[in-house]
Amino acid sequence: MASSGQAEVFAPWEDPNEVPLIKIAGVTKRFGDFTAIDNVSIDIYRQEFFALLGPSGCGKTTLMRMLAGFETPSEGLISIDGQDMGAVPPNQRAVNMMFQSYALFPHLSVWDNIAFGLRRDGLSKDKVAARVEEMLKLVQLGQFARRKPHQISGGQRQRVALARSLAKAPKLLLLDEPLGALDKKLRQETQFELMDIQEKTGTTFVIVTHDQEEAMTVASRVAVMDHGQLIQVATPEVIYEQPNSVYVADFIGDVNLIEGAVGAIGDGAELLWAEGRAALMGQPGADLSKGSKATFAIRPEKIAISAEEPMDRRNRVQGKILDIGYLGNLSTYHVELPEGPVVKCEVGNRSRIERRDFTWEDEVWLSWSDTAGLVLPG
Amino acid sequence: MNRLSTFNIVSLTLGFAFLYIPMLILVIYSFNESKLVTVWAGFSTKWYGELLQNEAMIDAAWVTVKVAFLSSSLATILGTMAAYVMVRRGRFFGRTLFSGMIYAPLVMPEVITGLSLLLLFIAIGLDRGVLTIVLAHTTFAMCYVSVVVSSRLISFDDSLEEAALDLGATQWEAFRLVTLPIIAPAVISGWLLAFTLSLDDLVIASFTSGPSATTLPIKIFSSVRLGVSPEINALSTIIIAIVTVGVLTASIISKRQITRRLQEEAAA
Ligand SMILES: Nc1ncnc2c1ncn2[C@@H]1O[C@H](COP(=O)(O)OP(=O)(O)O)[C@@H](O)[C@H]1O
Ligand SMILES: [Mg+2]
Repeated sequence: MASSGQAEVFAPWEDPNEVPLIKIAGVTKRFGDFTAIDNVSIDIYRQEFFALLGPSGCGKTTLMRMLAGFETPSEGLISIDGQDMGAVPPNQRAVNMMFQSYALFPHLSVWDNIAFGLRRDGLSKDKVAARVEEMLKLVQLGQFARRKPHQISGGQRQRVALARSLAKAPKLLLLDEPLGALDKKLRQETQFELMDIQEKTGTTFVIVTHDQEEAMTVASRVAVMDHGQLIQVATPEVIYEQPNSVYVADFIGDVNLIEGAVGAIGDGAELLWAEGRAALMGQPGADLSKGSKATFAIRPEKIAISAEEPMDRRNRVQGKILDIGYLGNLSTYHVELPEGPVVKCEVGNRSRIERRDFTWEDEVWLSWSDTAGLVLPG
Repeated sequence: MNRLSTFNIVSLTLGFAFLYIPMLILVIYSFNESKLVTVWAGFSTKWYGELLQNEAMIDAAWVTVKVAFLSSSLATILGTMAAYVMVRRGRFFGRTLFSGMIYAPLVMPEVITGLSLLLLFIAIGLDRGVLTIVLAHTTFAMCYVSVVVSSRLISFDDSLEEAALDLGATQWEAFRLVTLPIIAPAVISGWLLAFTLSLDDLVIASFTSGPSATTLPIKIFSSVRLGVSPEINALSTIIIAIVTVGVLTASIISKRQITRRLQEEAAA
């Protein structure tokens, strides 16, 4: 891939010649008359760290289980490395899964848990031992090799599960909410560890999570799902800066949503939001038609707050401070507009005395640039 | 310490007396010197010696143990398979009917089970002997085994077996290397239960045994009709000892299993 000397950005999905490792094409999964996965198509490339993100019950686990071979699609095709997976049982796929519950074998030691898959391949004793030791080293669990799963901590069990699923060097590793059971601090450490291991082993990872921060931290691309449907697939930056729908904008990070109708569309898009007020100016986030219902989405950190009216900006609204939150590194202001909406704005505290001049009930101006906000359909 | 303690002691004593005094008398009289069962004439173990000389009794004992071993092993295999299919393979067509039919023999009067088996064996022209008793005992013991094993399987985490498959194991390997070792204590208790049931059984065995094979309960029952002999007391004492050991072992195993499972669940 990378031919020139300069550091190339990892973005195989932008290269039309790149062949995806996994093709999910028009896959639907029904349980009885309930549709858990609704016509989903995704291409996942080699060495990607791909995140499936969505609220609980949206079908993330079901999609993973179809990749692992525990469920068969009701419609559509899944192929891995060019091979149609339709008739391939789970034990013959070069795919391993780290289960949400870890599913460590309670009657086997850490060592034997990791060796389980290797032994199924009929590897010689020496090879099994060498690989297990390598895995133990990778997850730093050497001194716990002889313990049973119930004799180690939750974080250690999580690492055993990871080592076990990586031991066979699968083409694809599926991680179903791997960090769900860990506390916040351990979670963050482990996220970086996971990224490190992914890079070292060069394995393609698909991770399921309902935690948007986690998805943004670890993933090369994120797929946002809702009710079995795929809403958007993009890099974390694009998901954050260019969400294609109100659902995605609202799901990822903090956002102010102002409802209205689409006005003129030209260089940007206008949103008519209140009688007798100037239209808000933003970038169109998806196909828009004039006059249709739309929502203006603007992130709190993109809004400036001032006492005087900022005449140089088209997007400016006046309101009253309802609430102030001081978070140390930044302050948040909740400003109530006379037209109804409450807009949240976030300001970094760069100097120790900055912005101390605003207080509750103050009349202030909020403003943002023409390109800071998005006009989204719906 | 407790206001009710006298009452508790009395009721406990009464309960245990009711349960165990008959057996205690039997055990005591098995060591009686006299041939008359009801007259105590001093301590002796001679009836145990005579028992060993009684070939018919020894034969019957041997048949009983053989039948119990074979039928409980067979019942354990079949019962475990039935439990596995019902609990682990989810819903399939006719599952409710199937599970209902597995458990029905539990409440079926033994006389009916025995009679129907007898009719079956006659219909297919199977000579009554050790084989027919084994088959009959397997039939009624496997329901008990499947009850014991399925209650363990219900709390078994499905994803363990999926993890095994995911790591390249076949269905059979997943069962043998993961499921079976974990549910082994329940399978062993099931086996012990089936073994004891077979040892105990009189009704079904009388229907399905033939002149070539008599089990101990049948032998005892028929010889008691001619009068209780001290030899029978000695034999019964031995049986009581065996059953006691069996029951104790089973309860120790299941207690250990519960402790271990609690540990593992706390970990999971
Ligand atoms: N085997 C099944 N039978 C019936 N419904 C199922 C089955 N598996 C999952 N579902 C349903 O499919 C939906 C998606 O489940 P899941 O994929 O586990 O969601 P997530 O992992 O995103 O929380 C849920 O509503 C769940 O109840
Ligand atoms: Mg899930």
